[in-house]
Amino acid sequence: MIEIKDLHKSYKMGSNSLHVLKGINFSVEEGELVAIMGSSGSGKSTLLNILGMLDVANSGEYNLDGVPIKNLNETKAAKYRNKFLGFVFQSFNLINYKSALENVALPLYYQRIPRKERLERALKYLEQVGLKEWATHLPSELSGGQKQRVAIARAMASEPKVLLADEPTGALDSVTSYEVMDLIQKINDQGNTILVVTHEDDIAHMCKRIVHLKDGVIVEDKKVKQVRASEYV
Amino acid sequence: MFDLERWQEIFDTIRKNKLRTFLTGLSVASGIFILVILLGFGQGMQNGVAKEFSEDASNRIIVWTRTTTKEYKGLNPGRRIQLRNENNEYVQEQFKEDIARKSAIYRVGGSTVVFENENLGYSVQGISPGFQFIENQFISSGRYINELDEKEAKKVAIIGRKIAREIGKSYEEIVDNYLDISGIRFKIVGVYTDGGGDREEDRIFIPITTAQRVFNGADKVNNLTFTLSPSENFEASVEQSKIFTNNLKNYLKEAHMVSPEDNSAINAFNTLEESKRYFGLIGNIKFFFWFVGICTIIAGVVGVSNIMLIVVKERTKEIGIRKALGAKPWAIIGMILHESIFITAISGFTGLIFSMGLLELIGPHVEVDYVVNPSVNFSVAMSTVILLIISGAIAGFFPAYRAANIHTIEALRDE
Repeated sequence: MIEIKDLHKSYKMGSNSLHVLKGINFSVEEGELVAIMGSSGSGKSTLLNILGMLDVANSGEYNLDGVPIKNLNETKAAKYRNKFLGFVFQSFNLINYKSALENVALPLYYQRIPRKERLERALKYLEQVGLKEWATHLPSELSGGQKQRVAIARAMASEPKVLLADEPTGALDSVTSYEVMDLIQKINDQGNTILVVTHEDDIAHMCKRIVHLKDGVIVEDKKVKQVRASEYV
Repeated sequence: MFDLERWQEIFDTIRKNKLRTFLTGLSVASGIFILVILLGFGQGMQNGVAKEFSEDASNRIIVWTRTTTKEYKGLNPGRRIQLRNENNEYVQEQFKEDIARKSAIYRVGGSTVVFENENLGYSVQGISPGFQFIENQFISSGRYINELDEKEAKKVAIIGRKIAREIGKSYEEIVDNYLDISGIRFKIVGVYTDGGGDREEDRIFIPITTAQRVFNGADKVNNLTFTLSPSENFEASVEQSKIFTNNLKNYLKEAHMVSPEDNSAINAFNTLEESKRYFGLIGNIKFFFWFVGICTIIAGVVGVSNIMLIVVKERTKEIGIRKALGAKPWAIIGMILHESIFITAISGFTGLIFSMGLLELIGPHVEVDYVVNPSVNFSVAMSTVILLIISGAIAGFFPAYRAANIHTIEALRDE
């Protein structure tokens, strides 16, 4: 599903150049649930941004579902993001003046799906994350866990090839975190490919594979026995 | 523009951001409102001046005399100048080509006017038939003083509508009745109306020959009045009347031995020259109103740009989210512009409707001197609204373009 070869990324900081990713080789099969771990500054968020086409690498190859991702301009990146990727952010990033349902329907708007169908599909995904009754509520009326579940529903609504989650539990308490991970695991059970960036060990162990990043290189890449989050809920 | 989905998206945004929308709209609407009202009053002033001058024939010239102020050819200053019939006859002969209508005026001093034992306190003036056209008068009933009246010095009189009203009889009934002027009976042959309204309808006119003969006027004349034959255009008419006035004054100064430098003894009022000055003034006032109006519009545009800048800034994070979900840059720019054009258009037209409604409502009732029926040219108002919409769109484009091209990660980080 994802194939990365010799990926380099550096940032210009005045006259200095900060080498963040120093040759990443990495591939993900369909249906995997991968945790990307590392301390802050290890380059894990940069890697996720490049995978999410929010950022561009300096050199290296990136193939997503057989499509080479290169020479991206904003328009092309937007198209690929809409078609291939779903995002879940640490700070939820819901649009505050739109209801839960409209938030979930938003990626479908950019796929030019008619309003009625859009809202029907959005409601289906809200039901999947258990928030059907909250469809008309604004984000400000939802708890942190509920917001993140809306965000996950939104990410899934466009039926992406890969779901990218950047510290999805970072802003949540542990009980809520497990609920969210439970949801992510269930989505993975349905065969979806998911990448989760985290720095929490217990969250990482709820994935099927852990990739450790340190100073811009992968230091460890191992399969683990998945801990089901439902055990804690 | 015809993308129904985007309209729905925009209505959603507007519905959920009422205050922001309202403030944007208010600045646009008030800008248009002020501009239209200003333009309306500029037009009103022009109408007012035009009306003021339509009261008398607009190329009227009136001559009157005072005492001399300079000594000349051995004559002392302070000498009273009296116009006489011969002056009038000479001028009429000399300037035959230029003159269209003419009338000398002899004012009957200290007369008492009695109608059916009732004393009427109105002044009596002797005139020629041409006076009707010089003063822009109309006949309500009966007839005006004619050539024959003048030639035979008949004892006939015409009275103003205001006087007729005071007498309390219908205009028709009054005609053919008799009037006593200082004990002498005059037959009322007509009732006249003056374009200038009441204040010019309170005089009684009799033939000038009668006035001079019956009231010991001899050959004395108080004023000479004329209208001139029209020239091909306004400028030429003004020039013609200027030359005519000068020649006239020079002749009269010579005839009465007045120093050419004496500007007080012989006077002439030239309405055309005066009206030209007024129209020039109106031009300036209109220009001023336009200037203020344009400044208002500029202020409006700056206001709209400012609000757009703030709106885009405030929505940076939202734009980031939309981009992460797959919005293309042009979709973002389109959305923001579409919204801003929609809001400025709606509020612009609201301001237009309100201001034009106000002008329609109160305009016809405005009857102050020099301001009549303020109104505004609809196409002018329309084009200002469109101008405002276009400039609002341009003003909104740049921040929208910048926002759409901010790095998505940066935009998402914005709080």
